[in-house]
Amino acid sequence: MVAVNVNVPPHALRPAETSRVDLLLIADMVAPGARVLDIGCGDGTLLRLLAAKRDVDGRGIELSQAGVNSCVAQGLGVIQGDADTDLAYYPDNAFDYVILSQTLQATYSPRQVVEQLLRIGHRAIVSFPNFGHWRVRTQLLFGGKMPRTDNLPDRWYDTPNIHLCTIKDFLGLCRDVGAKVERAVALNAYGSKLGVSMPLFMQNLFGEQAVFLLSR
Amino acid sequence: MSEAPTSQVLRDHSVRLDQIANPQSEIVHFGADEALPLDCGEVLGPYSVAYQTYGTLNADKSNLVLVCHALTGDQHVANIHPVTGKSGWWETMVGPGKPIDTNRFFVMCPNVIGGCMGSTGPSSINPATGRPYGLDFPVITVADMVRAQARLLDHLGIPDVLCVLGGSMGGMQVLEWAATYKDRVFSAVPIACAARHSSQNIAFHEVGRQAVMADSDWCQGRYLDEGKSPRKGLAVARMAAHITYLSDDALHRKFGRNLQDRDKITFGFDADFQVESYLRHQGLSFVDRFDANSYLYITRAMDYFDLAADHGGVLANAFQGTKTRFCLVSFTSDWLFPTEESREIVHALNAVAANVSFVELETDGGHDSFLLHEPELFDTIRGFVNAAARQRGIPEAEGWLP
Repeated sequence: MVAVNVNVPPHALRPAETSRVDLLLIADMVAPGARVLDIGCGDGTLLRLLAAKRDVDGRGIELSQAGVNSCVAQGLGVIQGDADTDLAYYPDNAFDYVILSQTLQATYSPRQVVEQLLRIGHRAIVSFPNFGHWRVRTQLLFGGKMPRTDNLPDRWYDTPNIHLCTIKDFLGLCRDVGAKVERAVALNAYGSKLGVSMPLFMQNLFGEQAVFLLSR
Repeated sequence: MSEAPTSQVLRDHSVRLDQIANPQSEIVHFGADEALPLDCGEVLGPYSVAYQTYGTLNADKSNLVLVCHALTGDQHVANIHPVTGKSGWWETMVGPGKPIDTNRFFVMCPNVIGGCMGSTGPSSINPATGRPYGLDFPVITVADMVRAQARLLDHLGIPDVLCVLGGSMGGMQVLEWAATYKDRVFSAVPIACAARHSSQNIAFHEVGRQAVMADSDWCQGRYLDEGKSPRKGLAVARMAAHITYLSDDALHRKFGRNLQDRDKITFGFDADFQVESYLRHQGLSFVDRFDANSYLYITRAMDYFDLAADHGGVLANAFQGTKTRFCLVSFTSDWLFPTEESREIVHALNAVAANVSFVELETDGGHDSFLLHEPELFDTIRGFVNAAARQRGIPEAEGWLP
């Protein structure tokens, strides 16, 4: 059932795209030749990477019109749309993987979005910035102000991130919606994976971002 | 309205009438034994389809790009128009090195049936009477137009289409192609269109048709027999329609309230304002190249277009099982076929998990934006069509020239 569909030839990959560790990690979680929907696909960086490395049949949804136009001009299959409202139009099990990369925290209804991901995809891959990271905690504790980090650079009044969560929070959501966590990886500030032997509270303290592979 | 000198009108008129029977295009004649079944229940035959081509069909016959023209367009996409002497309506899009590169693709545009540039229409001769059909021509639909095009490809031995694209009514044909001939359409680009003609759009068409029919020179559709032409009625129809193809902003930017060749208003009904003069010119130049009855028939075909109704009232059903790659394009300033209409099609395609791209382009040119110089539109089409070609394994154009 999996159609092999190479949207871009490997040489179209830009050098910088092989250096985003979180994207490479996501690519590693995707089976070759799979049907993939990338929600919040931006300028198509991950879709290009997946096409080059995993030979996927990839589609994208992107909120910004400029991002959509640039993707389509590169030959990627992308529509303008909103994770909060437009996932409802897809049928059940339409994709092998539905990816929500660094976007969940900017949605209005993260719970409904995660439920939709698991409805339209056999598996969902979700990555998000971890609000439990020690820098975030110490800024709020000692600075008394909303934290700003390299990962979360915006001021409280102009950030698109309205539903930030920690790794523990996200695990709670997975439990609430009945999602099975197949894999979870936390990355430190340098983009390296934290060792699997570290307990959850350490992952939640030292992980700057996390990538989850979920299934129903 | 000021008319051109009579001799000029007659010359244009005869040049235009020549195109009906002897178009400066390639043409395929289908005999009475190959009559085309129509949605209205009648059959059309014998009939002809005139078409233009650009580029070369490859050995696999896999590089055909089919362009569908709009209501008042024709097959002259990228060549000098035989009647107006102007360049083709999409020469910015189609040609060597252009977004649809004729060094790589074989581009074809057929004149729709019901038209007046060589494909059989109401001004063609009715073999039963030896006179022009007039209103005896059967009412045709967008599906009938597409059926005739599919038969043309059958006749030419071309099994399928790499990409079918078009704007406005051309976009409706694209949707019809994708819904009816799923296995023959590899990719599809419906631009500035809708899956059904809206009530407001039907209303505008009705104004145009009434203007034509109110002209006494229309002669109940028999004007060709009488040696007449409902020029005034058709010009008014075009003037009204032309407003709907533009936008308030574009008109304001272009004309504002500027006066035409005068310093102050005249307290009369001459064309005081530049916008009036512009519209009159649009109306008059249109009647020199278009047939009044064709205008009636083709506007009707658009009115009747409702893809969901043809598929049990659910638009997604029209695309069930499709493997076609779609790219929809709409324009922010298009109030005739607003973005919402395209988005509805996108949602229907999502519902069947089709491969769909959708781009809304910011323009102020209104519905006609697809005909204008819009670099983002060129980038979109170039990117999408080339990706489709790559998927299909069609080699890049050779040579180093741009």
